[in-house]
Amino acid sequence: MTLLEVRDLHVDFKTRDGLVKAVNGVNYSVEAGETLAVLGESGSGKSVTAQAIMGILDMPPGRIPQGEILFHGNDMLAMSKEERRKIRGAKIAMIFQDALSSLNPVLTVGYQLAEMFRVHQGLRRKEAKAKAVELMERVKIPAAKARVNDYPHQFSGGMRQRIMIAMALALEPDLIIADEPTTALDVTVQAQVMELLADLQREYNMGLILITHDLGVVADVADKIAVMYAGRIVETAPVKELYRTPAHPYTKGLLDSIPRLDRKGQELYAIKGLPPNMATVPGGCAFHPRCPAARDVCRTELPPLAEVGDGRGSACHFWKETIDDRAA
Amino acid sequence: MGRYVIRRLLQMIPVFIGTTFLIFVMVYAVGDPVNAMFGERAPDPATAEQLRAEFNLDKPVWQQYVLYMGKIFSGDFGNAFNGRPVTELMATAFPITIRLTLLAVVFEIIVGIVLGVITGLRRGRPVDSGVLMMTLVVISVPTFVTGTLAQYLLGVKWGWIAPAVSPAAPAGELLLPALVLALVSLAYVTRLTRTSIAENARADYVRTAVAKGLSRGRVTVRHLLRNSLIPVVTFLGTDVGNLMAGALVTERIFNIQGVGFQLWQGIVRQNSPTVVGFVTILVIVFLLANLLVDLLYAVLDPRIRYA
Repeated sequence: MTLLEVRDLHVDFKTRDGLVKAVNGVNYSVEAGETLAVLGESGSGKSVTAQAIMGILDMPPGRIPQGEILFHGNDMLAMSKEERRKIRGAKIAMIFQDALSSLNPVLTVGYQLAEMFRVHQGLRRKEAKAKAVELMERVKIPAAKARVNDYPHQFSGGMRQRIMIAMALALEPDLIIADEPTTALDVTVQAQVMELLADLQREYNMGLILITHDLGVVADVADKIAVMYAGRIVETAPVKELYRTPAHPYTKGLLDSIPRLDRKGQELYAIKGLPPNMATVPGGCAFHPRCPAARDVCRTELPPLAEVGDGRGSACHFWKETIDDRAA
Repeated sequence: MGRYVIRRLLQMIPVFIGTTFLIFVMVYAVGDPVNAMFGERAPDPATAEQLRAEFNLDKPVWQQYVLYMGKIFSGDFGNAFNGRPVTELMATAFPITIRLTLLAVVFEIIVGIVLGVITGLRRGRPVDSGVLMMTLVVISVPTFVTGTLAQYLLGVKWGWIAPAVSPAAPAGELLLPALVLALVSLAYVTRLTRTSIAENARADYVRTAVAKGLSRGRVTVRHLLRNSLIPVVTFLGTDVGNLMAGALVTERIFNIQGVGFQLWQGIVRQNSPTVVGFVTILVIVFLLANLLVDLLYAVLDPRIRYA
């Protein structure tokens, strides 16, 4: 059975400017041991989708008018609050971007780690603390025993992110959602943290949803990729194929805007324009004002996510041309 | 930490000297304490002269101040208008006012923080608007109005409580006066807590706490409240001093023979040792309360460490 399957998920927000449709019919799935990378600019709906899966959306103003989130085949949106709370942290855990602000500044890291065991497994304070030390050792924090009573601000950025990972791993969940886990870190530390995350994922055979806008990180660890734009998935493909032959102009633009050594000195490609304001998404294909290949049909008709190959989909009227263009 | 406390205690010395000197000058510059001792009748000039010499009133003000402070530090606060030592008045008045103030602080903490948390989590809902309106009313009506009204309704008209507090002032009789005394500050605590809770409720670590699968209550109490209390504690600390001084009005209304009552008597009867003595102690209480707040900061927020 599929570990997690998101079906036709919609998320709205009531704002002063009216109803903002942040997520418009997203579908994706993750198997045990598999890594799905969700790629997109800020405002593309990638984080909102993750928060909907986690059940930590602010509702109101948020609303899920339509869709299903199947976890081990059961629709979580139909569950009671208490059922969902028991899944959160224990079965599906989340790693946030900025570990400094995501950890409670006035509680020791030991307390915050131990809390997982105390709340979900009913362990006593002392046993839970011992487990917290074990966790810190597992994510390779030096002198874990001595540092268990330190506060988050006493750790370095990389160590803090390790603590976030430890917290997510505490109850050996089936699925981890990592929302830009390395964005706030130095490049060298990024690699270490990603490696640790990948190792632990392999060890526990967990599913991993990696939300990022960093294409470099994705290439290393992901099995498949879903590219999001303006609340929709515009392309989905196994990682190698997506890099070799992108089937959507947006993906192509993203790949072309990575700096490359062999093109040093040449002008760096950039997708023109800005991501759309979600309150006023352009009609037709949302990407058309920024698309170099846009034609009349793109302005009027919304392209569906069409199957364009084995396990590949693209929401572009001209996906064929886009692939051919790259292959040529 | 130890060094910080010592430094803070040393910093208190100039503040203490400055405030007490001002009070001393104000009290001794206005009116003549010797004349006041004789009430309606004018004193015999020779006796007055003798008394002036006895109380050092013939010396310059700064000398009087130094001599007075010297006496205070040896435990001699002088005599009140009735001839008994001021320290004796303090011994009966301070326990009563401290009891009253502590009860008021307890009201502020329990009622104020609970209301603040509820409204902070339900911003814009009817509960929130209702409580906000009530705090506004409470803040804008002076204590002597609410106090007199409460005394009239509960004490006189309905007879639920004794309208005046007996001289021993047991805690039970002080409940209503304490609530009246606390009311305005309680409204401020509610508003302060509400703002702080509403602000912190959007913080990333609260989202993390929810994502950990903690219950709503645990998220609120363990994660949200602890962070939100820091500004509230500041207010409560400085408010302890304000409450003790503000007790003057409340104590008059309910006839409680505490600090405010004695201070009032001292002012009316122009008894300088009583006024200066009581105010000096109040200054010390105020300074210590402020130090306590700063130390509590470090307990509530580990990012603050005093070196």
